[in-house]
Parts: sequence; C-alpha cells; structure tokens
Amino acid sequence: MQASAKPEFSVNIVTNLTTPASRETSAALPMRMTISKLNFSYGPKQILFDINMGIADKKVTALIGPSGCGKSTLLRTLNRMYETVSTSRLEGEILLDGQDILAQDVTALRRRVGMVFQRPNPFPKSIFDNVAYGPRINGYKGSLADTVEKSLRHAALWDEVKDHLHKSAYELSGGQQQRLCIARALAVEPEVLLMDEPCSALDPISTAKIEELMVELKNLTTIAIVTHNMQQAARVSDFTAFLLTGQIIEFSPTPHLFTTPSDPRTEAYITGRFG
Amino acid sequence: MATTTTTLKGAGPVSGSRSFFLKLRDGDEIARLVTLVFATTVVLITAALVWELWINSALPRQKFGFHFFVTSVWDPIMDQFGALPFIYGTMVTSAVALLVAVPLGIGAAIFLAELAPPRVSDTLQFFIDLLAAVPSVIYGLLGVFIVVPLMRTVIYPALNKPFGYLPIFKGPSYGVGFMTAGIVLAIMVIPYIISVSREVLLSVPRDQREAALALGSTRWESTWKVVVPFAKTGIMGSIFLALARALGETMAVTMVIGNTPKIAASLFAPGYSIAAVIANEFTEATGELYLQSLIALGLVLFLLTFILNGLARILIVVTTQKGSEAGG
Repeated sequence: MQASAKPEFSVNIVTNLTTPASRETSAALPMRMTISKLNFSYGPKQILFDINMGIADKKVTALIGPSGCGKSTLLRTLNRMYETVSTSRLEGEILLDGQDILAQDVTALRRRVGMVFQRPNPFPKSIFDNVAYGPRINGYKGSLADTVEKSLRHAALWDEVKDHLHKSAYELSGGQQQRLCIARALAVEPEVLLMDEPCSALDPISTAKIEELMVELKNLTTIAIVTHNMQQAARVSDFTAFLLTGQIIEFSPTPHLFTTPSDPRTEAYITGRFG
Repeated sequence: MATTTTTLKGAGPVSGSRSFFLKLRDGDEIARLVTLVFATTVVLITAALVWELWINSALPRQKFGFHFFVTSVWDPIMDQFGALPFIYGTMVTSAVALLVAVPLGIGAAIFLAELAPPRVSDTLQFFIDLLAAVPSVIYGLLGVFIVVPLMRTVIYPALNKPFGYLPIFKGPSYGVGFMTAGIVLAIMVIPYIISVSREVLLSVPRDQREAALALGSTRWESTWKVVVPFAKTGIMGSIFLALARALGETMAVTMVIGNTPKIAASLFAPGYSIAAVIANEFTEATGELYLQSLIALGLVLFLLTFILNGLARILIVVTTQKGSEAGG
C-alpha cells in the first residue's frame, strides 16, 4: 500500500515544489540548463525517474542524496558522459542555452560543459601540459602560456606552482591535483562546470580550499556539484536538489531546503536519520 | 603441514636458538629460506652459464682477441673466425622484425583494448595467445613456403623497382635473406607485442579516459594522447620482450636467412645470424678452435641481449622520469 502510494506522492511534491521555485527564480535568474521529463537506465535497470530541474546561470546547484540515489548519474547526463556505457538509455530533454544537448556534437558539448571527477585524475604530464591539454586539442590559437596562467589563477593554484610548471603533476598533493584538474577544466572556458564529489578524496583543509574556490568560480561559470556531504552543499550551493531512489524529492533554494524542508524524507535525510 | 613438521624436527636441534626455533614454527623463516633458495637459483644459473661460455671460448679469445668482433671472415678450413657477419645478421633481422611488428602490434593492441567490442577483443586475444605458443619451426615452415615465394614475386619487385637506387633495396633477391628472416621474426613477435600491450592498455584507469573525454576529446584523441602515453612504459616493455625473442630466435631464422656469412647492405641479400650459425655448425665443428669460436659466438649473443636489455631499462627510466611515474 505505502510503497505504491509513495511515488505518486513524490511526483506531486516535485511538480508542486520545483515549479514555483524555478518560477520564483527564473525572473531574476536565467537557467543555463534545463532538464525535463528525464528517464535514464543502464540496461534493464532504471536509474532516474522523471527528473525535472534547472541549473541556474552563475550559481552553484547541489545534488544530494544517499549512495545509489542516482545523483552522479544525473550529473553525467549533463555532459553525456553516460555514453561511455553502451547499454545506457536516456529519454527526455536536456537543454543547454535552449538547445537540445542530445542533438549536438558530443565533443562540442563537452567543451561547453566541463567536468571535475571524484578522484583527482591529472594526466601523467607536466602541470603546464595538463592545463594546456584542452586548449591544444581544441586547436586554440592564442597564447597557451596566458591561458594556462589564467586558468591556474582561477583555480587558486598559480602561486603554488608558478615556479615549477614543467614538473610532473603527480608531484603535487592530492588537493593541489584536484585544483589542477579544475584549472584543466577551466582552460577550455566551459559554460557549465560539473563536479562529481570533488572533495571526497581530500583532507579537510584541501576541501575548504576547493569550497572557497567554488564560490569564487560562480562569477566565471555555472556549477553543478554532486556531494554526499550535506554541510558542503549547505555552505557552497545556491540551490539544492535532494534525490532518493532516482527521483527528485525536493528542489529548492539551499537555505530553504536545509531550514524548512517540505518533505518529511528530506528532513529525515538532512537531520541524519538515514543515508 | 607435513613439510613444516619435518623441517621443525630437523632444524630445532641444529640451530639451538629458541627465537630461531619460534620463527620456524611460525613458518615465516621457512618461507623466507625456501624462497631465498629459489631466488638464488636464478643468479646461480646465470653465473654458471656465463662461466661455461667464458672458459670454453678461451682459444679464440687468445688467438683473435678483440678482432673476433670486427673480423668478417668465417673460414673453418683456414681456421679464421670472425663474429661480425653474425652480429650484423642478428641485429639487422631483429631491427627489420621490430620495424614491421611494432606498428602492427601496437595498432592491433589499441584496436583490441580501446575500440573493439569486448567479445571481439576476447575472442581475438584467444587466437593471439595461440599464435604465441606455436613452435618456431612451424613459423620457419610458414617462412619457407609462404614468405620466401611472396618475397620473390611480390615484395622484391614492389620495393626494388621504385627504390632500387637505395643500397638497402639494391641487388637481386633469392627469396631468402635478411628481410625474409625479419618478416618471419615479425610474425613471431607480433603476438607478444599485442598481448602485453593490450593488457597494459586495458589497465589504464578509467578516470584518465574520462578526464580526456570530458575536455572534449574524441575517442581517438583520448586514446592516442592520454591512454597510450599513460601505458607507454608497459608498451615499451612488450617491445623489449619481442626484441629479446627476435635476437635469440634460431630455428625459423635458420630456415629463411640463407645461411651465408656475409655482410651486405641489401636487405634482399642472404646472411646469417648468431643463433643460426651455432645451430647449424655445432655438430660439424671439427677443430677445437672452430668449436670454441662457436661458443664465443654464444657469449657474444648473451652479451648482446644483456646490453640491449640494459639500454632498454635505461630508456624506460629516462622516458618515465619526466612526468609519467605513478606516485602520490
């Protein structure tokens, strides 16, 4: 009885809460990306159910939820990274600046929607070559040195590495490597930056630095972040979506979601009763 | 269990030390000793090998000295022996083999690891492993019946007509020769290169590919600019394995190289390799100097392999120092 009643209930909640929230914000805040009626599955297993949400321009949008709720999968639909798995299937619509991302050339899309991963994954190259990788493959004609410096400055790493740009990226600490990966993503000047639990492999000090960075990067780009750390979502994000078993339970401005959650399940999750 | 008890009984009174006895009972000490013995065997065999080759090649060393390496005369009747044609033949055939096998092998490995569907990749890998296990005499037959005629009818005209002015493609072809041996060797070593390189490519972390793709790389760009460089050290390892096999290959080379102790610039000319001459002439070496000269050739081959392996290691260290060692 309850099991069958719940999904219906949540669908109502989603439509009732997302729509006013986005309406509230859409006047002041244009959406960079919009996701509508998104269903997603890997093989026979459906991961995401009827997702509707927007990624507000020049804001940080956080996706939270317990392990296996589909938050990383949702993030990976935004740059079509799911396509590396051949059995994946996507239905619905994702728009970037009003254009359907599924109709675009995937490499062009990924230049516009960058990504930072869970574990720092610099290439086994020098710091300079790591940052220059994106501009190089995109046939960038300007000064690589300037782009590298600018990107490293944006990632708050320049002062630490400016004297040894040609050292291996592997000689950096984990936190520095992750900031290098952020610089590498920024070097192609993405319109949206996806971050998949970017601090989960880092110590608290490195985490604090990256969180600080995210807030600064809002001036430059639009950020969507997946995190299992609710405090992190509360600290850095402007909007938060709470996912549970592949559905958005609640999507609202972050202060609203954390102080006055509308759904009992959201409240249960943020107060630590499960997940 | 049984071994532990026996060793315990034997070792207890001999050692007389209680701590040693206790260590034995834990098994740690036994494991250490047994594995140490096994490890030492490797060193002992190598040493014994060099020792045998060294003492049994005293005569040519006294008679020819360093000239043995630079003389190109091999005349058993006049008791004149020089290793140069064989060193040349060994190196030229191995070089041809690598020139052909490296691009083909690495290309195939990239296809199998990165582009082919997993089922196709696994099936092909099964056949490649089979090829790697085929005895070399079979490859020799393949060389005699397929590569040699092909050489005369297809490869020689194709290269000699347009490029005949180059010394390496000059002169007549008899079917057998350096290039034929090199091609047969290439066929033999390709499975090694594919097998090892594919394994190395498959072990490149997924997040490296994803990082490249997320920056807007095409699949090929992520493969060629990120995955392959990441696997560089391992791929080089596969090439050196192939080189070691090519240098020492005896049977297949003997069957197609032409067995003529001459140094010729043309790859179509017949030649000889160290391993081939030892195999061919060992049973008919009548004089003591003749026999010992063949053994000296064995020592040369050993040194050649040793030096090339050393260079390979240095190359790996030098190329990995800048950026690619995994750490942190």
